[in-house]
Amino acid sequence: MNKDTQKGLWIGLTILIVLTPLGLLATGTAFGEWSSQELQKTLGYVPEGMKSEKTLWQAIFSGYSMPGLGNSFLHSSIGYILSAVIGICLIYAATLILGKFIAKREEEQRNENS
Amino acid sequence: MHIPDGYLGPITWITLWLVMIPIWIIAARKLKKELRTRNVPLLAMGAAFSFVIMMFNVPVLGGSTGHAVGGTLIAIILGPWAALIAVSVALIIQALFFGDGGITAIGANCFNMGFVLPFIGYYIYRLITVNADITSSRRWKGAGIASYIAINVAAVLVGIEFGIQTILYPAVNGKFQYFMYPLSVSVPTMAIEHLLLFGFVEAIVTLLVVRYLQQTDPSLLRLSDRKIVQDKIPAGLSV
Repeated sequence: MNKDTQKGLWIGLTILIVLTPLGLLATGTAFGEWSSQELQKTLGYVPEGMKSEKTLWQAIFSGYSMPGLGNSFLHSSIGYILSAVIGICLIYAATLILGKFIAKREEEQRNENS
Repeated sequence: MHIPDGYLGPITWITLWLVMIPIWIIAARKLKKELRTRNVPLLAMGAAFSFVIMMFNVPVLGGSTGHAVGGTLIAIILGPWAALIAVSVALIIQALFFGDGGITAIGANCFNMGFVLPFIGYYIYRLITVNADITSSRRWKGAGIASYIAINVAAVLVGIEFGIQTILYPAVNGKFQYFMYPLSVSVPTMAIEHLLLFGFVEAIVTLLVVRYLQQTDPSLLRLSDRKIVQDKIPAGLSV
């Protein structure tokens, strides 16, 4: 990967981060990702499995929002952008660490090739 | 396409964890042989890209939403095993920190979007681009077609996993324990949404990036052709 491509990809990623609030304009819920309240409304009950498994884990940035931020579009957008930044940092770091463990070091490769 | 906790019963989600664990181990072994350290930042960027692209919810008929995944794109550049790892990392972070996709369903989500999607996309792309020059239009067209088909296959798979819950865990006193719509609803819904819209979103994202790379840095499109690392390069040439 040359320097220009790397720069280009980072710029692309940054533009995507800034634009993420566009994803908030879609107000519906994806098929099969309904909340308990939505299910209560459409089915008239919440399936048992969903009640019990819901309490398993509470994500800190649940729904890509920041704790303490309001519900207005502006606040949601800020939360969404911050989520994108935090998520990307976490993912980038996690992949680099994983890569350190699993990728083949160039030196090893050279040794094998020589 | 992120299955939340409580939608799949234990039979399904435990099975898919058990399927994914050996696949992750194989992927790690493959990458140990094939992934170069200098391509790790590219892998990380692929994972980050997949994460952010999934935040772009697109509305579809009936008040539902969906999004692209980017799995085929990563597979085209870095190979399907690398894509599996990249998308899995993105999905696990989404589940743990953002509550997008369930913890119990990590196995299922990684199977659908991290394993099936990039592998199908990769092999269809390879099939279409056999002997195609790196700058050939067959490359970006193939990338578009492959990613369209791949996300649809994954979507149908999600529909099946949802729908079989009503068979595995039938309603008791009219109340279902897990997912509540039969296969005849879940499969067509997932399929139609992706055939009509999200498949095209995925295809456009994929072909635009492939086209961009063809123009700026075609060598990136050759990485997976050579399985990321050439096995028999003279020591002095492996920079």
